Amino acid sequence: MTVQQPAPVPGDLAVAPELPDVLKARKPLTGFTGFLRKNPSIAIGGFLLLIMFFIALFAPWLGTVDPTAISTARRTRVPSELYWFGTDMLGRDIYSRVMYGARVSLLVGFSVAILASIAGLVIGLFSGFVRWADGIIMRIIDGMMSIPPILLAIALMALTRGSVQNVIIAITIAEIPRVARLVRGVVLSLREQPYVDAAIAAGTRTPMIVFRHILPNTLAPMSVQATYICASAMIVEAILSFIGAGVPPATPSWGNIMAEGRALWQVRPHIILFPAIFLSLTVLAVNMLGDGLRDALDPRMAKRL
Amino acid sequence: MLAFIVRRIITTIPVMAFVALFVFSLLYIAPGDPAAVIAGDQASPADVERIRASLGLDRPYLVRFGEWFFRVLQGDLGTSIFTSLPVTQLIAQRIEPTLSLMVLTLILAVSIAVPLGVVAAWKAGTWVDRAVVGFAVLGFSVPVFVIGYLLAYTFALKLDWVPVQGYTPIAQGLWPWFKNLILPAITLGTVYIALIARITRATMLDVLQQDYIRTARSKGVAQNSILFLHALKNAAVPIITIIGIGVALLIGGAVVTESVFAIPGLGRLTLDAILRRDYPVIQGVVLIFSFVYVLVNLAIDLIYTLVDPRIRY
Repeated sequence: MTVQQPAPVPGDLAVAPELPDVLKARKPLTGFTGFLRKNPSIAIGGFLLLIMFFIALFAPWLGTVDPTAISTARRTRVPSELYWFGTDMLGRDIYSRVMYGARVSLLVGFSVAILASIAGLVIGLFSGFVRWADGIIMRIIDGMMSIPPILLAIALMALTRGSVQNVIIAITIAEIPRVARLVRGVVLSLREQPYVDAAIAAGTRTPMIVFRHILPNTLAPMSVQATYICASAMIVEAILSFIGAGVPPATPSWGNIMAEGRALWQVRPHIILFPAIFLSLTVLAVNMLGDGLRDALDPRMAKRL
Repeated sequence: MLAFIVRRIITTIPVMAFVALFVFSLLYIAPGDPAAVIAGDQASPADVERIRASLGLDRPYLVRFGEWFFRVLQGDLGTSIFTSLPVTQLIAQRIEPTLSLMVLTLILAVSIAVPLGVVAAWKAGTWVDRAVVGFAVLGFSVPVFVIGYLLAYTFALKLDWVPVQGYTPIAQGLWPWFKNLILPAITLGTVYIALIARITRATMLDVLQQDYIRTARSKGVAQNSILFLHALKNAAVPIITIIGIGVALLIGGAVVTESVFAIPGLGRLTLDAILRRDYPVIQGVVLIFSFVYVLVNLAIDLIYTLVDPRIRY
């Protein structure tokens, strides 16, 4: 095709002015910054979460003192220049405990998200592909899902010693059924896809179909689910610690700080307030990340939920 | 229809049996030695053995499960280690406050969340919509006890509108009962409202784009009537489903809410049982709550056929 030359403009005809800037095509948003601008909730959530990671990692250098140091001389102080968030009933510095508490929350949240995702993925893939096992596994999952997750975690924690590791195991067991269900659903719908039929017809072996054609397609919904599990695990950890079934009371965790503030909440609300703000912000960050991820990975859903 | 109801009730039996098996098996799944944990740190080896025997951990798993299950079927949930009272009796004493709290929360949440979701979908893209979506994200992020203390501090302690804590039995009058329960109900309901509002909005957005809605609009049906009669009816099934599934949130949240507001219900019972490591009580409460959850979702399934005649089984 030849490029058309513009027709010569007659002298007495006014030439259209240059288009004003507003009408020019907007530069498409590309690259990393473009991605963040298109998905502000990923940007905000990710930024908040980065701050929390920073706090958790550098807690000893953020002007903190030993979070377990007890001092009867400075009990239940209100926030001041010396004790930024005040002190608790045992005279421990709440600012230090809150900073160190970020470690427990993030550790529990991310460990549970990863462990529950892996276990749920394996169970879901197995259940979706091995027909004879599907019925049995799904009945077990149905049964487990009939127990509210917090109660399941409480019941498990009542039987073990309080430790971060046991909290992670208990919450993971409570969260696995949801992931397994999700993965199985995706697998079942993918099995009906023509390209999978084609792969089977071409003689591809089952493990190859699972890893090459099915697994990659479960990762997008899984990663969204994993962020929600992370958020919910952080809340459940705080609830477990709050009701005395979580990590050992001396460990600085946001749930523990609030549990200690429970008796004094009417006169010293700040003991509960500060860990509450940090916990809520962290969970909010993870939830925003999850929402943003969902919208970015599945644009059709973006405008709906 | 009757055949369906009977069949659906029969299918819940294996689920309930699995729940029972699972709750029973927790004793064996839990890492470490449950008998030693329940006995506590000061316990002598003899105490640990006594508790091991009372939990039946010294006998074969299946024999033990058979015995336990048979007793549960007869309505015997075992005996509390700490108080030596039957677990069923302990639960019966505490059921009224919890049931009151959950029913009030359910009514409150549904009557707030559904209109909220409908309006958000109707005004999609405007600030009203954004506010509802924003509230939903916040509602999922702020833990239930934080909301509880915030409300109690503001409305009970500072403004003195309602009692700070405690529970008044419904037998002593509806108004005192309500005044005591309103803050806990809002506390417990926040996540639930966020969840229902979110699903209502999403489903309504779908329904509002359908042809019959445009037809209704073009023939001049009033806006309210379109939203609440034409559209909501067809969006009902997912909304009702999520109301049923969300009951799990209410059950988990009730344990925490009751401890914040010092309500002497099943949540308190669970909490005390945890602190005393009174496992039979915990087991009983988990079992009862799970059965309630299964029954609620059974009821929801039956409601489907009423609201949506297209669903046939």
